[in-house]
Amino acid sequence: MEWAHKDLLSVDQLTSSEILELFQLAQNFEEINSRPVKKTPTLKGKSVLLLFAEPSTRTKTSFDIAAKRLSADTFSLATKGSSLEKGEDLKDTGLTLQAMQPDAIVIRHSQSGAAGFLARHLQCSILNAGDGWHAHPTQALLDGFSLYKLWGGFRDKTILLLGDIAHSRVARSDIELLSKLGADVRLCAPRTLLPRHLADWPVTVYTDLDEACRGVDAVQCLRLQLERQQSGLLPSLREYATRFGLRKRHMELAREGARVMHPGPMNKGIEIDPDIAEGSDSLILDQVSSGIAIRMTLLYLFLTSTTQRSE
Amino acid sequence: MSGSRIIQGVVWQGQLCDCIVEGDRISELRPGTAGDPRGGELVLLPGLIDCHTHLREPGQEHKENITSGLAAAASGGFSSIFCMANTKPVNDNAAVTRTILSTAAEGHPRGPALYPVGALSHGLAGKELAPMHELARAGCAAFSNDGVPVPDSGLMRRALEYSSDLRLPVIDHCEDPSLAPEGVISEGPVSDRLGLRGVPSISESIQVARDILLASYLDLPLHLAHISRRESVELINWAKNKGVPVTAETCPHYLLWSEERVAEYDPLAKVNPPLGSEDDVSAIRQAVREGVIDILATDHAPHALFEKEAPISLAPNGISGLDTALSLCWTLVQDGILTQQDLVRLWCRGPARIFGLRDNGFNPGDPADFILFDPRETWIPTPESMRSRGKNTPCLNRELPGRIRLNCRQGTPIYGEFPPEAA
Repeated sequence: MEWAHKDLLSVDQLTSSEILELFQLAQNFEEINSRPVKKTPTLKGKSVLLLFAEPSTRTKTSFDIAAKRLSADTFSLATKGSSLEKGEDLKDTGLTLQAMQPDAIVIRHSQSGAAGFLARHLQCSILNAGDGWHAHPTQALLDGFSLYKLWGGFRDKTILLLGDIAHSRVARSDIELLSKLGADVRLCAPRTLLPRHLADWPVTVYTDLDEACRGVDAVQCLRLQLERQQSGLLPSLREYATRFGLRKRHMELAREGARVMHPGPMNKGIEIDPDIAEGSDSLILDQVSSGIAIRMTLLYLFLTSTTQRSE
Repeated sequence: MSGSRIIQGVVWQGQLCDCIVEGDRISELRPGTAGDPRGGELVLLPGLIDCHTHLREPGQEHKENITSGLAAAASGGFSSIFCMANTKPVNDNAAVTRTILSTAAEGHPRGPALYPVGALSHGLAGKELAPMHELARAGCAAFSNDGVPVPDSGLMRRALEYSSDLRLPVIDHCEDPSLAPEGVISEGPVSDRLGLRGVPSISESIQVARDILLASYLDLPLHLAHISRRESVELINWAKNKGVPVTAETCPHYLLWSEERVAEYDPLAKVNPPLGSEDDVSAIRQAVREGVIDILATDHAPHALFEKEAPISLAPNGISGLDTALSLCWTLVQDGILTQQDLVRLWCRGPARIFGLRDNGFNPGDPADFILFDPRETWIPTPESMRSRGKNTPCLNRELPGRIRLNCRQGTPIYGEFPPEAA
């Protein structure tokens, strides 16, 4: 597969055929994960820096495992409590890290645009592991990959994104990826958790969860940040759970065999009922394993590509 | 400076003229000599007045100081500038005002003239009135809480009343912070796409409405700083039709750029109020043409480039404006959006009227404050070519039209040189 990207900043830089090729490649990498010896020498001698300036368990572990399964060396930076957590001196930190000659830097940051900022200032590849409310491209790719394995394509498929859209990088990236692949995307959330200017977005907006679930093929339930209630966007978590918590009865309105997804970590009993999160229609754990395959694929592409790179 | 000097073959309002200067005064502006070989090359304008700058001294001299700010003003064509009170310490007492004035007199004894704006509230905290009489006596020429909004309408009322017997203008920075907590750019399609906290346009306009009602109720003048939104223009138009004594300014960046300018997270285009929609830009253009917005000002807000080199939400607000203001406005003249007469009204006559300065109308006896501008030349603002320490402008490294050849204040060049006189 030809790969001409220097960085992975957001889904909008990828074409739909690139995404589908990436999914096909990811199926080969997923096979490695089911072997008794889960390691190949593909990226031996390459170094990947994990710069997580915001708390993260699964994304960071997922990148770490993905790199190690391909024999790349990974180095994590502890940033909790440091000035970097507030985003200070990101340029200096980046230049310092670059001087250590990594082949790629995986960055998670609380500020929208932080990954792109680093990419503009550094020559090594930057992989965005989530920047503020802006983008989380590897999450969208793994969500798409989980569904792709199941469906083989996105024609006539409808996916509902449920929850806090306004403050969600997962939502922004999922919307871009799923609509690019031809799926219909629905959003459902209270007005205070929806962006105000949705006219140009390829989505249909619902404020009633029953209506939103009718006939969908999958529901991606988003994590509700509990501080949204404190900042006055919601009257109470109880009211949110009552109006927007996903339950079995909602899934009964969906199309036969519809799947339940969640990027994690879940607030069970608030945005999602535990029974359906753990039920047979849940794709939540497959999302986690798809994440490793997708990140292996991306690291492979970024660290072995010799084609001319453009930004 | 004594003796007389003839500046020949310059263009004043489209006419070839000779300008005769006697000492620090204009002696005569008369029709030029036809056939002058240099005829028509240079445009003559009165010296510009900028009622809204931030010179950062005392306290943040790594961004700008009074000397570098005045140097930028001189090369930018300004004969007088006003500096806001949000220094560290705040200009809320005579000691700070006097320090500012003496630093200016030392660094630029011939000008541009510097008029400090005193704080409206103590420490700009918006709680207690600043000692306005003390500030006025020390040399403050206006009062403002600029940089920090005054959400307390009661305090704003008392400030207008208390300052009224000093007959000095009050300038308000209109923003309702509760509508825009930690806002980064305008709330709109761009902020939603980029995932940035948005500032709704009404955060400005709600405060404009309040200020208009206060000015109307008290029948006292009030000047509204950096107006950027259509809704604000509509309110000001309504107020002026009713005879409310409000005046308003906008800045070159609100005439030129919309929120699309930040679409790649460009921190150089981050400013408060944030750049508005295309519709706001066209409303602001119309408002300056029709006089609903009275004047232009730079809101010169210099920052060190390293401070701007950060993810946009963490970068400070502000655009450095003194070096580029006239060139940026000239692009609007070239595009037929403004005329040269508009520039004179917006940068000279208007500010002189609102802030009580004597400007140069090129009548005998007027102060010889004028500039010669070469519209055929171009230049590129770069860290080297800009005089301000603040290199933070969206037009950094982009070519701009026009060069100032001479900035003459009270008959003496403060930037450039007199053109050679014909033998």
